[in-house]
Amino acid sequence: MEYKNILTTCTYCGCGCNFYLENLDGSLTGTIPCKTSPVNEGKLCIKGWNAHEFVQSDQRLTSPLIRREGKLVPVSWEEALDYTASELSSIRSEHGPDSLAFLASAKATNEENFLFQKFVRAGVGTNNIDHCARL
Amino acid sequence: MIEQVQQKVRELLEAGTIQGFLGLREQNGHIGPYLFQDPEDLEGMSLGDRERPGDTRYPLSKLLLTLARNYPQASLGILVRGCDERAVNALVAWNQLDQDKVVPVGLACPQELAEECECERPYPEDPVAGKKTEPVAFASVARLQELEPSERMRYWLREFDKCVKCYGCRDICPVCFCRECSLEDQHLIRTHNLPPENPVFHLTRAVHMAGRCIDCGLCEQACPAEIPLRILYKKVGQIMEEEFSYHSGETTQKSPLQIADNQ
Repeated sequence: MEYKNILTTCTYCGCGCNFYLENLDGSLTGTIPCKTSPVNEGKLCIKGWNAHEFVQSDQRLTSPLIRREGKLVPVSWEEALDYTASELSSIRSEHGPDSLAFLASAKATNEENFLFQKFVRAGVGTNNIDHCARL
Repeated sequence: MIEQVQQKVRELLEAGTIQGFLGLREQNGHIGPYLFQDPEDLEGMSLGDRERPGDTRYPLSKLLLTLARNYPQASLGILVRGCDERAVNALVAWNQLDQDKVVPVGLACPQELAEECECERPYPEDPVAGKKTEPVAFASVARLQELEPSERMRYWLREFDKCVKCYGCRDICPVCFCRECSLEDQHLIRTHNLPPENPVFHLTRAVHMAGRCIDCGLCEQACPAEIPLRILYKKVGQIMEEEFSYHSGETTQKSPLQIADNQ
């Protein structure tokens, strides 16, 4: 019997609620909101309460996918990032930076979203940045 | 006080009476549920008193149920305040736990906590730590009872209006053990809808808690909308007392509402 409660931060949004993931013999069996967390004080939303479920879902994507001839094919992160970077560069050089748009994520931290908008505005050179909630 | 609990758990583990002890432990500055299997870990044990007595309580009996379902042969110890012991008893009464496999190590709550909780039984049967203090009556229920019925209805409708339907009250509840939940049954409530039907959603749960709720108050603490759920369920408990002289979890006696078992 190996039972552990692992303290972690919810990945569903940027709030950063803390909870324990109940782990029995290597499988997640539940989510328990952390009472001593100053962020959520022992409370969670419906998504947070069910966080243990998606981790082990068989529908979960475990690698990036690239669409080839109409079919999604699993590839390595290296290949996916190389492909994305080369496509973005070629669209930008052909049609200009305002031909691209970027969506930031509620799942990322403030710091990550700051870096993202910096990359879009200062790196790519466009103000076409918005939030995924408006997708 | 914690020394007595640590000593008792050490004895139980070393004698092999229990295979593990479900309690609380402070790690990385946070207090959370922990399964003690190695007596050396007892150093970091916590009783759930962070800033005030009992301000960091968790539904330990619910976690015990997960372990018992996976390891039905294992004997497990558990840290119990009065409410936790009632939860264990209620789970035994509802055929969810085998009493012979549960070894409670009791902790009586101080008067301050008993008053904050309005607890009618702020101690387990046989505490190894703490002193049994005086029971406290449900003053919050009595205060609401003074209102005119229409005013009282308005009060509850306003409170239930705040509900975001997170199901936290159910998920944290130490005696919510059903595999199929009434709150997800489309014959009882309108499912997949927000906001939840008012007051059907909350009253469905309140009725379902009759003969089960052991008044631990964890539901109210888990509610992001701060609905005073504990008062609602205290009233349910009071009705069970008046109508059937039944107190959930005081013993392992079956509830008068367990029709299938009582026949």
